[in-house]
Amino acid sequence: MIATWAQIGYLVAAVCFIVALKGLSSPKTARTGNALGAAGAVLAVVITFIAYKPDNLVAILIALLIGTVGGVVGSRRVQMTHMPQLVALFNGVGGGAAALVALMELGEVHDGETVAAIATAFTILVGAISFSGSIVTFAKLQELMTTRPVTFPGLPVLFVAGLLGGVAVSAWLVSEPRVWVGVLLCLLGLAVGVMLVLPVGGADVPIVISLLNAFTGLTVAAGGYVLGNTLLLVAGTLVGAAGTLLTKLMADAMGRSVFNILFGAVRGGSTLGGGTASERPVISGSAEDVAILLGYAQRVIIVPGYGLAVAQAQHTLRDLVEELQGRGVKVDYAIHPVAGRMPGHMNVLLAEAQVPYEQLREMDEINGDFKSTDVVLVVGANDVVNPAARTTPSAPIYGMPILNADEAQRVIFLKRSMRPGFAGIENELLYDPRTTLLFGDARESLAKLLASVKTV
Amino acid sequence: MTESIALLTIFVLAAFVGVEVISKVSATLHTPLMSGANAIHGVILVGAIIVTGQAESTLVVVVGLLAVVLATVNMVGGFVVTDRMLEMFRGPGGRKKELNK
Repeated sequence: MIATWAQIGYLVAAVCFIVALKGLSSPKTARTGNALGAAGAVLAVVITFIAYKPDNLVAILIALLIGTVGGVVGSRRVQMTHMPQLVALFNGVGGGAAALVALMELGEVHDGETVAAIATAFTILVGAISFSGSIVTFAKLQELMTTRPVTFPGLPVLFVAGLLGGVAVSAWLVSEPRVWVGVLLCLLGLAVGVMLVLPVGGADVPIVISLLNAFTGLTVAAGGYVLGNTLLLVAGTLVGAAGTLLTKLMADAMGRSVFNILFGAVRGGSTLGGGTASERPVISGSAEDVAILLGYAQRVIIVPGYGLAVAQAQHTLRDLVEELQGRGVKVDYAIHPVAGRMPGHMNVLLAEAQVPYEQLREMDEINGDFKSTDVVLVVGANDVVNPAARTTPSAPIYGMPILNADEAQRVIFLKRSMRPGFAGIENELLYDPRTTLLFGDARESLAKLLASVKTV
Repeated sequence: MTESIALLTIFVLAAFVGVEVISKVSATLHTPLMSGANAIHGVILVGAIIVTGQAESTLVVVVGLLAVVLATVNMVGGFVVTDRMLEMFRGPGGRKKELNK
């Protein structure tokens, strides 16, 4: 049992975490909330050093330093567009750390301590799942591997077998808390994590990150139970509960159930997009053609997508919008809740380019306006305006609410190529006679457009 | 047994608090919130320090130090990256900084 003052200090840290999460759910208080969470974390670590007086102090401090440098450098260097995979990676290493802590605690668990043994087994299994699952998510988002769902005929059987095996080995571990049984459980967890994420398509990956985040939270909570540490218990449970709710909110924003996102591809196979473009004719135009359309429009809506951010074209886009507004055109940005690679990601990317808030309109707010819009300019987005979400039940994005770009008078797509979007399916809107395509890198195309609009 | 029940009580109450505090989050903040929650579970670092500090065999110390590194990356990186995202959400003042570049 540790000293009372330390317990109270842990309580203060736990309150910091609760207030931090509360703060993070409103734009005004988010930054302060995050800082408070960090302060709570520092407090918790300092208390731990003083209260437990750990051996191997120098080695631990060095490890702490290495981790800090790694974390700071990684998160300072990463581009905003790569944010989702970094979050996945951080989540994975957290899950891995929890599994390792539980493995080490195995030596301390004695026969008869059933609840502690169950908690240990849970931490090892779920921590390992979270680790390997997050690594696969990272690989998908970083495009180290295909972003499309990966399945093979035996996958569902193997997955269920892995899961049942995990439960069985957990039971074994509870009756016989040996380290090598724990290692076996860890390996099973790693395999299950990979099989869990492989069949998830690129566009759904962020929701899986959120789910794995909740998993890691629960493993930390279980770890807290094993160690009899209330701070870990509270913090882990908070994240587990909040993460589970957040996962559901994100899935709702895509009009899908979490179950369907995880197992849709395994069940039907129908969610596999073609991944290729058909040979049908499209209308493509020059920057001058498009500039004329934009210059003489009264109402323009911009639909920004991930492609915009990849090309680092946010600033040029903002300049183009300012030019159009200067000519008296009414321009808004229509932000789909899952634009970018994570829900809310596009808001971050546009905020980086200092696009004013007032011009960013949420989907529900702007969807009625498309009917009375002269031109919709889609920049590097595809799936969020794909009518297949309404019309094609077999499409992976079926049921997802989309921006009603197809209701506008004219649609302009700025695209690199005819390659389908993140979800791997064709967009019928591209072949519509009202649609004009402007091929090329988004940044170059927008710069040309800006120059042309000035001469119109 | 009393201690187990106390821990269980804390668990259940914390679960309700977790759901309650984020029940009204706007979609704009889904990503920073996820990242912030991610940083908080990095507090497993506390567990990693405790276990490593009590370890006797070299193997356990090595595994423990690995856990410390991983947990620190999770925690420190998580808070820094969340802050970076939220920094983008500043008001019109942010514009000046960009023009000065």
